[in-house]
Amino acid sequence: MATEWTVRAITRATLPILLVLTLVAVASGLVLGGFEETLLEYPSLLVLVPVTIGSAGNLGSVLASRLSTAFHLGTLSFGADETLLGNAIATVALSLTVFPVIGAGAWLLTSLLTESGLTFTTVLVVAVVSGAVLAVLAVLVTVTTAYAAYQLELDPDDVVIPVVTNTCDVLGVLVLFAVVQVVV
Amino acid sequence: MTVGDVAREAYREGLPALSASAVGGLLAGVALSGMRAEFDAVAGLLVLVPALLATRGNVYGSLGARIATALHQGLVEPRLRGSDERLRAAVLAALGNGVIASGFSAVVAWGALVALAAPHTSLLALTSIAVLAAFLSGIVLAVVVVVVVFGGFRRGMNPDTLVGPIVTTAGDVFGVLFLWLSVQLVTGGI
Repeated sequence: MATEWTVRAITRATLPILLVLTLVAVASGLVLGGFEETLLEYPSLLVLVPVTIGSAGNLGSVLASRLSTAFHLGTLSFGADETLLGNAIATVALSLTVFPVIGAGAWLLTSLLTESGLTFTTVLVVAVVSGAVLAVLAVLVTVTTAYAAYQLELDPDDVVIPVVTNTCDVLGVLVLFAVVQVVV
Repeated sequence: MTVGDVAREAYREGLPALSASAVGGLLAGVALSGMRAEFDAVAGLLVLVPALLATRGNVYGSLGARIATALHQGLVEPRLRGSDERLRAAVLAALGNGVIASGFSAVVAWGALVALAAPHTSLLALTSIAVLAAFLSGIVLAVVVVVVVFGGFRRGMNPDTLVGPIVTTAGDVFGVLFLWLSVQLVTGGI
């Protein structure tokens, strides 16, 4: 079903879900506000905020769009399935590739510009542990959402990608918060 | 295909987009950490950050996907000069939705901060900052999305695979940059 290209039609098709997603994001913002003092004290943790949120959402959305396509092509079955398992492994491997670079980059950039306030190892551990936990969560959220869309006979392209991306965004903040509580 | 084949292919396909968004996210993070004085001065501003960044991604990601699909179907010509009504409507709708959602997020965040008895600035200041940032970053992002999708399409690239990384990268960077500018404009720093 294609939306007509007028301001009114596009707004009617997209604004309601956008406002719901905004509410979810504000909730995660309140969590972020809850550890504002820690974030302002250690700038390298503040540097990690957008990149953790963005990468978590990206891990989820890449997986979701691949599973949606496999689902449309009829090459996906839920259960012990090569497509499902292979994509899940790739998600974890991608996360374990990118998050060490993110942690190192965050520490380095902060140290160049101001004072990091934390050791290189601490920032690296925060990034890598967050990334590993988020990859596992992204797989669980994506598979659950894709399965629900399949059961409810919804088009996975319309539902799975926005739901997964935004859920992973929120999880990005929550996991970072939890890891900082434990490590820092 | 074996599990290993699937995993290798998915890894290779996912890495460029993830790397691009990591670079954009780090740059946005550096800009964010340069705003510590602003977060101290405008209580409650940090609460808005996830909502503002998510709105940029959702609105301009959807604009990019819409234009990419229309190019595939031949509904829109990849030309900027004398561009048609439909493209203008799609860009205007994206701008409007981005501004409405950002204003809405500021009102909700302010209400939640008041309810939680957390430190908060005035409703007017928080909403003005959110709306101004949405409008300014929206103009830049709309231009970036249209130019990149058109340019990529004319060079024979698949616009669908361009939209995701471009919007996440540009959305994060310009989102934070214009948030800073809006705080300066609203609080009288400039």
